[in-house]
Amino acid sequence: MKPGQNKFRPKRESQKKPLGTDKFDYKYLSRAGLSDKLIKEISLYKNEPAWMLKKRLGAFQVFQKKSLPAWGGDLFGIDFKKIRYFLKPMDQVAQKWRDVPAEIRKTYQRIGIPQAEQKYLAGVMAQYDSAAVYHSLQKNLAKQGVIFLDMDTALKQYPRIIKKYFGTVVPAGDNKFSALNAAVWSGGSLVYIPKGVKVEIPLQAYFRINAPNVGQFERTLIVVEEGGYAHYVEGCTAPIYSADSLHAAVVEIIIKPRARLRYTTVQNWSKNVYNLVTKRAFVYGNGIMEWVDGNLGSKLTMKYPSVYLLGEGAKGSILSIAFAAKGQHQDVGAKIIHGARNTSSSIVSKSISKESGRTSYRGLVKVPKGAKNCKASVVCDALLLNKTSRSDTYPRMEIREPDSEITHEATVGQIGEKQLFYLMSRGLSETEARNMIVQGFIEPIAKELPLEYAIELNRLIKLEMSGSLG
Amino acid sequence: MSLRILNLKVKVEQKLILSGINLEIKPGEIQALMGPNGSGKSTLACALMGHPHYHISQGRIFLDSRSIEKLPSEQRAKLGLFLSFQHSVGISGVSVRNFLRASLKALKGEIDLQKFLNDLDQEAKLLKMPLDFAKRSLNEGFSGGEIKRLEILQLLMLKPRYAILDEIDSGLDIDALRIVSRGILRAQKLGVGVLIITHYSRILKYLQPDKIHVLIQGKIIKSGGKDLAKKLEKTGYEAWAK
Repeated sequence: MKPGQNKFRPKRESQKKPLGTDKFDYKYLSRAGLSDKLIKEISLYKNEPAWMLKKRLGAFQVFQKKSLPAWGGDLFGIDFKKIRYFLKPMDQVAQKWRDVPAEIRKTYQRIGIPQAEQKYLAGVMAQYDSAAVYHSLQKNLAKQGVIFLDMDTALKQYPRIIKKYFGTVVPAGDNKFSALNAAVWSGGSLVYIPKGVKVEIPLQAYFRINAPNVGQFERTLIVVEEGGYAHYVEGCTAPIYSADSLHAAVVEIIIKPRARLRYTTVQNWSKNVYNLVTKRAFVYGNGIMEWVDGNLGSKLTMKYPSVYLLGEGAKGSILSIAFAAKGQHQDVGAKIIHGARNTSSSIVSKSISKESGRTSYRGLVKVPKGAKNCKASVVCDALLLNKTSRSDTYPRMEIREPDSEITHEATVGQIGEKQLFYLMSRGLSETEARNMIVQGFIEPIAKELPLEYAIELNRLIKLEMSGSLG
Repeated sequence: MSLRILNLKVKVEQKLILSGINLEIKPGEIQALMGPNGSGKSTLACALMGHPHYHISQGRIFLDSRSIEKLPSEQRAKLGLFLSFQHSVGISGVSVRNFLRASLKALKGEIDLQKFLNDLDQEAKLLKMPLDFAKRSLNEGFSGGEIKRLEILQLLMLKPRYAILDEIDSGLDIDALRIVSRGILRAQKLGVGVLIITHYSRILKYLQPDKIHVLIQGKIIKSGGKDLAKKLEKTGYEAWAK
């Protein structure tokens, strides 16, 4: 197949008249709690193929059987009966910005999407509650055969891709939350990069929770064919709620030989959100996967982006930064499985804890028997801002090949008095000096982010430091 | 106008380290404070700059007739006091350029970015800084000599009224010593009043200080012209301690 050709043709779909009224409203407010009946309703409402409903119902069975993980953070605050599993603000995915309802547009203006789009957005996919409301794709991308769609639309247009890959990287049975996601997923993105196609502009997605007790269960699938390249960027902000919210996303990535993908996330969920995400990539021969992950908000985040190096010469890297303020727990980390010879990986994890905030690094590097000549390096640095702050590391290494080159460094530190005095002797106030030291600490991650995100991350951390965020 | 230190007594953890120091440095003057290890030289430097561990139990410090001994460090810096550190602490991820910009902004308000970059470039050349120094983390990955030159670069960029240079000459080879000395002389020409703190007289040959003071056991026991340094070289501090 020539580069630029997409072997998956869109399926012709008869145009259905959208349900509901013209005025913006939540067209479908699901009741709280989860049942077979609700899942059938969701699937019917979305007009899904029968095989997807079957997958959903199967996953629900698994969800009911699986217990909550016994490790990580405190998950007992989640009341599954009180969560609404499906909300849809609009019936159609708006193709153009002006078609997006004013109310939602205003919300996005506050986050800054339109400006960002003017600059260099390739396509914007925004998730408002459980459904994508806005999606635009630059024409040249479409010409190259690149697919960048919200998952619901993608299921209608490209069912073959989804049927082929859905659940192959993160099966429903992986954990309780991946099962939940498979049962009730809504939204998320499908990205398909055909063979040899290199997309230089970042593909960006924004999403946001905006109602109490709303679950967000987006599902993202990215396939990069041989020699392809893309950078997928997602960021989200969320306002503060009184009730607890659950976010359980699944991201599945397949990187074919010599292909490369970078997946960048900056997340700032409101501080009552449980953010439980399963992200995993399969990388084949000489392919490269890079996760860049920033976690600021949420009550509890449990997220361990994983890379399975499945072909010789494959590379994986996971860069992450976590910030935990009062009452927050960021249980984050990384997993690398060296499933083939001559594979290499790098993990850099940085965390900042403030007041009673708690960060945990939980990592796994696995080199099974037979995976000869592998290299792995792990660096984790924790910065504690107060005496009550807490940081733990759980770095697991399972190395079964003696010729592996493995390095591991870990530091835990506080802002030094000497550093403060030095900066203050140059005219900086104590607050400015602290900010500068913290910004320096996160710099190795910030410099890997697209400029807008780096600025946003720095701004968010500054706000967190000054305590002006609730 | 001067930096005037009056009967300064300084305690560290309840222990009296400096027992009544008197000094006056005028703009454009270079004075040297010499003394053996443990005589209280660095204590004086830290106390002048307002390090919270150094407690001024008595005495006054006037910067151009403004009393500063109760002000926090950043206020002293804003009034025009500068300290070059004996041990400069590294700050990861903060580039020299960004740090200097932030510092200048804090000290002088808004700055002209183009002028700042030009000045930085020019001073860096005179001090023979490595090419990529501005992008590197502050005081990290530099050699000992480079860190000293970086302190002088800060002095020249920030242009304080008075500068205390604590062991700016330690660990420098002959070439670096000459470069650093020239930098100090440029600062002097700009009207900066300089107090050099050192063990050795060798940097003083380049600087030709107006006055030399000998500090032993927390007291200035002798002050004089540059001949004093020569005498010290011959006799050592031992002879003076008695």
